[in-house]
Amino acid sequence: MTASVSAEGVGKIFNARTKKQVDALVDVSLTIEPGEFVSLIGPSGCGKSTLLRLFADLLEPTSGKLLVNGKSARQARLDQDYGMAFQQAGLFEWRNVSRNIELPLEIHGWDAAKRHDRAKEMLELVKLSEFANHMPWQLSGGMQQRVAIARALAAHPALLLMDEPFGALDEMTREHMQAELLSICAKTGTTVVFVTHSIPEAVYLSDRVVVMSPRPGRITAIVDVGLGDERNVDTREASEFYGKITEVREALRGAEHGVGVAKVAGIEDR
Amino acid sequence: MNIAAARRNAINVVIPIVFGAAIVALWQFFVDWRDIKPYILPTPSSIGHELVHSIHLLRAASIVTAENALVGMVLGIIVGTLLALVANRFRFLSELVTPLSAAISAVPIVVIVSILNNMFPLGSQVARRLMVLIIVFFVVFVNVSRGLRQSDATQVELMRSYAASEQQVMRKVRLPNAMPFLFTAIKIAAPISVTTAFVSEYFGGTQDGLGQKIPAAMSSSKFPLGWAYVGAACAVGLVFFAVANILEFVAVPWQRARSSR
Amino acid sequence: MTDTLLDAGTPGSEGVHDDVVLDRARRQLPVRKALMVPLALALFVVVWEGYKAIGPADGGSIFGWKIIPRTNDRAMPHIIDMLRRFDRPEVRGANQRTVLAAVIAATWYSFRVSLFGFALGVVTGLVLAAVMARFNIARKAILPYLVLSQTVPLIALAPITVSWGGKIHLFGLDFEKWMSAAVLSAFLAFFPVAVGALRGFSSPKESSLELLDSYAATWSQGFWKLRFPSAVPYLVPAFKLAASLAVVGVVVSEISIGLRFGIGRLIISYYQDGTSDPAKVYTAVFGAVVLGLVMAGLVALIDRALTRNRPMEAST
Repeated sequence: MTASVSAEGVGKIFNARTKKQVDALVDVSLTIEPGEFVSLIGPSGCGKSTLLRLFADLLEPTSGKLLVNGKSARQARLDQDYGMAFQQAGLFEWRNVSRNIELPLEIHGWDAAKRHDRAKEMLELVKLSEFANHMPWQLSGGMQQRVAIARALAAHPALLLMDEPFGALDEMTREHMQAELLSICAKTGTTVVFVTHSIPEAVYLSDRVVVMSPRPGRITAIVDVGLGDERNVDTREASEFYGKITEVREALRGAEHGVGVAKVAGIEDR
Repeated sequence: MNIAAARRNAINVVIPIVFGAAIVALWQFFVDWRDIKPYILPTPSSIGHELVHSIHLLRAASIVTAENALVGMVLGIIVGTLLALVANRFRFLSELVTPLSAAISAVPIVVIVSILNNMFPLGSQVARRLMVLIIVFFVVFVNVSRGLRQSDATQVELMRSYAASEQQVMRKVRLPNAMPFLFTAIKIAAPISVTTAFVSEYFGGTQDGLGQKIPAAMSSSKFPLGWAYVGAACAVGLVFFAVANILEFVAVPWQRARSSR
Repeated sequence: MTDTLLDAGTPGSEGVHDDVVLDRARRQLPVRKALMVPLALALFVVVWEGYKAIGPADGGSIFGWKIIPRTNDRAMPHIIDMLRRFDRPEVRGANQRTVLAAVIAATWYSFRVSLFGFALGVVTGLVLAAVMARFNIARKAILPYLVLSQTVPLIALAPITVSWGGKIHLFGLDFEKWMSAAVLSAFLAFFPVAVGALRGFSSPKESSLELLDSYAATWSQGFWKLRFPSAVPYLVPAFKLAASLAVVGVVVSEISIGLRFGIGRLIISYYQDGTSDPAKVYTAVFGAVVLGLVMAGLVALIDRALTRNRPMEAST
C-alpha cells in the first residue's frame, strides 16, 4: 500500500543566505500509512505548521524528497487528494453552511445536483443537518469548525491536514470535537495529520505522536500511542492515557534540553 | 537587509513616476498627432507654460480659495468637536444630529450653496466659509462622537472605581481616546474643505476664487490657463492633505489612524 | 442529539435564539430610519422659520464682519411660499407649465445623466481595481495616483466641460452635451470606487487565500468566490461617495455646459429671476435635493441587496 505521506530528509529554509535566514525544518523524515492518525506537537517555532504546509504544497521544500499519496505534493494538490482545516474555521460569511461545504466542489466543476447531495451527506456526517441554510455567524465556534471539517472532507479526500483546528475552542467543546473527529474519520477511513499544542489532545486522537523541537525545526521523537482503536469517555481517565501523556511530555522536555534522541520506554525515534 | 529594503522602496517610488511621465508623454503626443483642439484638451507643454508665466494669477486665486477652505475648516473642527463633547454628555442631542447629518450628506453641495449665497450680501466670503464649516462640522462631529463612544470600557470602569466625576472621566479617558478619531476626521475634512470652497465659489459671489477663475478662463478661451488653474486647485488640495497628515503624525504619533468614511 | 445539547452550553451557540434576536433588530432598523427623515425635515423647517422670525431683515455684523444672514422675504422666503410656488406657472402667461412640472422634468433629466455617470464610473472603477489586484505592477504604478485623487478637488475639472459641450468626436461618436456631463461625473465617481474596491479585493485573510490555493483554484475563481464578496463592505461606502460626486458633477457640468434640460441649469435660470420671484429658486433647489436623496436611496438599495446575508455591523 502506498504510504499516505512519505518524507525523506525534507528541509525548509526561509530567507536563505541573508541575515534573516530561518532553518524552519531540517532533515525531516517521516512515513505516514493510510488510515493513520498522526499528530505533530512541539513548542513555537518547531516547524510543525511549516511541515503541514509542505505536505499541502502551500510551501516548497528546499531539500529532500516529499511524496503525498505516491505523487509529488504539487500533483496531490492539483488532484485534490487532501482536505485542509485551520484554527480559524475560515467559513465565507456571505455563504450559508451548505454553500460553504460546496466550495471545493464548485471549484472542481461538480454539477449542482451532485454538490447538493454531497453537502447533505457531509452535514449528516457532522450532525448539522438542521443548519444547512444558516449563516456562519449564527453558529457557535464549535459548530463552525464542524462545518469546516465537513468542507475539508467534502471531496472525500484520502488525507486530512489540520492545523490546530480546535485551538480557539473552550476545553469542553474541544473534547467533544475530538470525539466527533475520531468517529468521522473512523467512518471515512481518512488519514489525518494533526498539528496541535495540546499533549492530551495529541495522545487522545493519535496512533502516533511526532514530537518536534525548534532551532532548527526537526523531529526529535515519535511516540507510539498504542491505546488501541477504541476511544471513548473512559479513555481520558485511564491510567495508560496519563502514562502516554507523561511520555510525550518528557519527550518534549528532552527535546527542549537539546537531547536529540530520547530513549524512553516505548518511544520510537527517528 | 537594509539594501534590499531600500531597493524595494526605490522601485516602488520609481514605477508610478515612470507611469505618470509616460502618460504625460502620451498625452502630448496624442494631442499633437490627432490635432486635438485646445478647447477639448490642451497640450501638457502649453499648460506648463501657463503654470510658469501666470504664477502670480494662480497664486492669488489659490490664496483666496485656500483661505476660504481654511477658515471654514478650522471653525468647523472647533464647532464639531465642541458639539460632539456636548452630545456625548446629553444623548438626545446625538439622536437629533445624526439624521440631520445623514440628510445633509445626501443633499448636493450645490444646493446648500445656492441657498447660502442668497442669504448673504454680494462681495462677502461668508457664504463660502459657512458652507465649508457645515460640511466639516458633520465630518468632525460624526468621527469625534464615535471616538468618544468607543472609549475603552475597562478604562472607564477603572475611573468609576475611583469615584471620578464625569468631567474627570471625560478629560482623562474619553478625550485622549477620541484624539486619533479627531485627526482622522481632519485628514478627511482637509480635501473636502478645498473641494467645498471651490464649489461654493463656483456658484456666485466675488470673482476671485479658483472656482470663479477656471470658468472665467474657459469662457475667454484661455484654455491652458484654465487647466493651469485646475493644477493650482490640485496643489492646494495636496497641501491641505499633507498638512493634515503632518498634524496627525505630530499629535498622535502612536497611531496612524485608518481613514473611515 | 447529545451534540446539540452539548453545543447549547457554549457561548454563541444559541443558533436558534440568534435568529430571533437578529430578526427583531432587522425589523426595528428601517422603521427608525423612516421616522428620521420627516423628523429631520421638521427640524429644518423649525430652524428656518425660527431664524427668520428672530433674525435681522437686512443681515447684521459682528465686530464689523457681516456674518449674520439676511432674513427678509427676498433672501429667505417663507417655506410655505416656496411650496405654494410649485403650483403656479413657471413664467407668467397662458398655457405655461407649472413650476412643479418644470422641476420634475428637470430633476428626471439630471437623474438619468447622474445614473449613467455613476454606473459608468462604478464599472470602470471595479474593472481597474480588479486589474490592479491581479497585476502587481499595475497596482504599483496606478495606486499612488488613485490615493492622490482623493485629496485633490477633481471637481475643479467640471468647468472644463463648458468648452466640450457637444463638440467632442471620439471613437467616431459625436458627443452630445449630456454625455460631457456624464463623462465628468463618471470620472469623479470612478476614483473612490477604484480605491475602495482595491482595498476590498486585497482584504481576504491569508488563511482564506491559502484555502483556495489548497483547492488549486485559478485566480479568476479566487476572485469571484473570495475577493469580490470580501470587497462588499468596502464597496458600499465607496458607492455612497461616488453617488454624491456623480450628482455634484452632473449639476456643476450642466451649469457650465448650459444643459437646458437639467436641474442645474434650472436653478441658475430661476436664480436670475431671483429679485422678482425669490421663491422660485427654492423650488428648483427642492428638485436638486430630491435628486440627491434619490441617488442616496439607490445606493442604500444596492447596499441592502449586496449585504443581504451578512452579519449586521454597527452603523455610525
